[in-house]
Amino acid sequence: MEIGGEYLEILGSSILMTDYLEYSNALFREGLLDGQFIQLQMLRDDSNPDFVVEVVTLFFEDSQRILNELSKTLDEQNVDFKKIDANVHQLKGSSSSIGAQRVRNACIAFRSFCDAQDVESYGFCFFVLFPDQMCLRCLQQVKQEYLLVKNKLEALLRLEQQIVAAGGVVPTLNDVS
Amino acid sequence: MEYCNCFESPWPADELLMKYQYISDFFIALAYFSIPLEIIYFVKKSAVFPYRWVLVQFGAFIVLCGATHLINLWTFTMHTRTVAVVMTTAKVLTAVVSCATALMLVHIIPDLLSVKTRELFLKNKAAELDREMGLIRTQEETGRHVRMLTHEIRSTLDRHTILKTTLVELGRTLGLEECALWMPTRTGLELNLSYTLRHQNPVGLSVPIQLPVINQVFNTSRAVKISPSSPVARLRPAGQYMPGEVVAVRVPLLHLSNFQIHDWPELSTKRYALMVLMLPSNSARLWHVHELELVEVVADQSHADMVKQIAKVAVALSHAAILEESMRARDLLMEQNVALDLARREAETAVRARNDFLAVMNHEMRTPIHATIALSSLLQETELSPEQRLMVETILKSSNLLATLINDVLDLSRLEDGSLQLEIETFNLHSLFREVLYLIKPIAAVKKLYVMLNLSPDLIEHAVGDEKRLMQVLLNVVGNAIKFTKEGGISVSAFVAKPDSLRDPRAPDFLPTHSDNHFYLRVEVKDTGSGINPQEIPKLFMKFLQSQPLATKNSGGSGLGLAICKRFVNLMEGHIWIESEGLGRGSTVIFIVKLGIPARLNESKLPFLHKGPGNQVKLIFSGLKVVVMDDNSVGRTVTKGLLVHLGCDVLAVSSGDECVRAVSYEHKAVFLDVSMAAVDSFEVAVRIREKFSKRSDGPFIVALTGNTDRMIKENCRKVGMDGVILKPVSVDKMRSVLSDFLEHGYLVESQ
Repeated sequence: MEIGGEYLEILGSSILMTDYLEYSNALFREGLLDGQFIQLQMLRDDSNPDFVVEVVTLFFEDSQRILNELSKTLDEQNVDFKKIDANVHQLKGSSSSIGAQRVRNACIAFRSFCDAQDVESYGFCFFVLFPDQMCLRCLQQVKQEYLLVKNKLEALLRLEQQIVAAGGVVPTLNDVS
Repeated sequence: MEYCNCFESPWPADELLMKYQYISDFFIALAYFSIPLEIIYFVKKSAVFPYRWVLVQFGAFIVLCGATHLINLWTFTMHTRTVAVVMTTAKVLTAVVSCATALMLVHIIPDLLSVKTRELFLKNKAAELDREMGLIRTQEETGRHVRMLTHEIRSTLDRHTILKTTLVELGRTLGLEECALWMPTRTGLELNLSYTLRHQNPVGLSVPIQLPVINQVFNTSRAVKISPSSPVARLRPAGQYMPGEVVAVRVPLLHLSNFQIHDWPELSTKRYALMVLMLPSNSARLWHVHELELVEVVADQSHADMVKQIAKVAVALSHAAILEESMRARDLLMEQNVALDLARREAETAVRARNDFLAVMNHEMRTPIHATIALSSLLQETELSPEQRLMVETILKSSNLLATLINDVLDLSRLEDGSLQLEIETFNLHSLFREVLYLIKPIAAVKKLYVMLNLSPDLIEHAVGDEKRLMQVLLNVVGNAIKFTKEGGISVSAFVAKPDSLRDPRAPDFLPTHSDNHFYLRVEVKDTGSGINPQEIPKLFMKFLQSQPLATKNSGGSGLGLAICKRFVNLMEGHIWIESEGLGRGSTVIFIVKLGIPARLNESKLPFLHKGPGNQVKLIFSGLKVVVMDDNSVGRTVTKGLLVHLGCDVLAVSSGDECVRAVSYEHKAVFLDVSMAAVDSFEVAVRIREKFSKRSDGPFIVALTGNTDRMIKENCRKVGMDGVILKPVSVDKMRSVLSDFLEHGYLVESQ
């Protein structure tokens, strides 16, 4: 007896769905994404099926732009920390809107360094690195987190596409935050 | 002798007699004539003589008498009838005048006599006045001397100086040979010679105070003459000279040694010093009354003056002292204020810095630990030799411990400086308990312990409070119970605390308040474990103390757990304590916390959202025109998507100007992101409000912020915004916000 194509399809899509769930659960567990992402997914409906893709793409574009801007600013002779703060603030806003938790946290940390241009207000002498170097380090961290979440999101979205292509329905995730 | 007109008288018969008579008459006449001349002369000389008329009469009388006697001279010899006639005329006139005078004198003599008495009287009076003048003069002199002396005395306050000055000045004024001062000793039984004019600091001499002469002097305020040979007057070696008179007077003393600025010196004092004054020897001088008076006055004045001066100075000093004190206090206060301010600012800076540091280190510390834990867990899944497995388990355990420690430390430090605030929200109470037990069940199973949960039926399902912290407390307590139990099990009971059971005699200052929208949750965690010595119980809640070092060597824990629990419970306006009957008899941890009763049932956070209800709600909000302002493209898109999903007609703008321009009567709500750096959302809100004459014409203005700062809420309210929502916004949240506005016209709960 042969197993019908439909069954294969269902099987296939269910495997995909399981993969998807496991994958996204892992993302949540690792703190890469938080409940806000789930909210975004909830906003995807028949009238707006590509909502998540739209927002995520927008996020990538915006973040890339900001990160480039930040690299440029930090390269300058006289670093304009106010500008850096504004940019990081933007990035924090976008990442929190999309639910990229670790990017957001990295931005928060980054901002606290920008605030502390007056080193005395820290009062700790084991910051061996100077503020702008700390900012560089923070930027590296933010970039790292961003790239990580970018990869994961891209993978997730690809999975979604595959599920949809296989005729399945993208499962809505539990709010596990 | 018979007078006849025959005149014979021969000179030779009674010649001698006749001669004598003749001479006498001549001299009488002369005298008689000269007396009035003298009288006239002297009367002319004196200006005042009231009885001129009398004199004239008298003069006439005398002149006539003289004339008579003169004429008599001619009758001794043969004389003519003319002479006889003249003689007779003279005699007649004389007779007349003398009779008149005699008559006049009857009136005049009494007058003259009274003049005499008046004169005497006046003389007496004059003498008296003289005496009085003398007295006044001496008094004045005394006064002058006294003033001089007191001026000298006033120029200083020191008791010794005052008395010495007194002596010196007295000595000078009265021209004394010696002037000495005897002061009573502290015991009051002797007098010490403390000063003499000749020697500044005489040494050694002292007399007992009970000498009769001293008593005599001390008993009167007058100056008393004493014998030069009395012991107090024997100041110099007895010389050949006759010692002058000695006078002694008492000088009242104030207890200056006990004098303090706040004690008023007693004015009635029985301590005296003795002043001895000696006139120069070998002089005939005697003590005069006015000199004695001077001495008495001075001796008394110095005392009165001292009192006055001291009083003045005392008042001035106390004023000065008070003033100085108050100024010092004020300066001190200012200094303290400045220091406090500085300390406060430093503390604030330190706290801020610490929090910033913690925020960073939080993430920095957690990342590697989580990485370690994650990787170690993964490693455990792989093929390992037993030794390797053991090593990995140890790594895992240590990392978990470290993670817990970091969490505890971060929490505790925030708890301690009060910067920790409870995150109040509605949560499912029942599921909290179930979750906690779910977490510990595996460990309990390994130890073969039973776990029982008993939720009272009157315990409501949803409550308002800090779910995370409550879970932390429960986990800590339950975890401890499991840790210290080797066999048997633990049972967790939760119920609503009755008012009387809330009062714990062990915590007299725990006074639970009752209100309609709060209740007290009482949780009892009973274990059959090793129990606790009742004396150790107070120490358990102190951080870093391990109460059972032997039994719990492997149990780990930083000792912070229970301390943190206590803090959290206190923050929740509750109380936590342990009851144990002793070692080996198990223990029960009981805590009571205050939780809120949710006002509306649909406040609860549903873990899973079906799409179903959304479609219905979509109809309600269908076509609702709203404006979204956010300069962050991602955020703007998300919020727009959210509102579109709920069925609204959304206009999304990225700048304040665009927003103000676009808002119209049609728009029912405006969502402003207030965390934008470039745009002042508050200003935008004000401008929107200004656009509409009546507030009810304009849209609802809601602020979207990622910041839970209370200031933001205040500022939003001030500029006239209708509500504040915390980002990120969930679909539920947005839905409830919109329904609140449509139903009630205001935001019920802005969280």
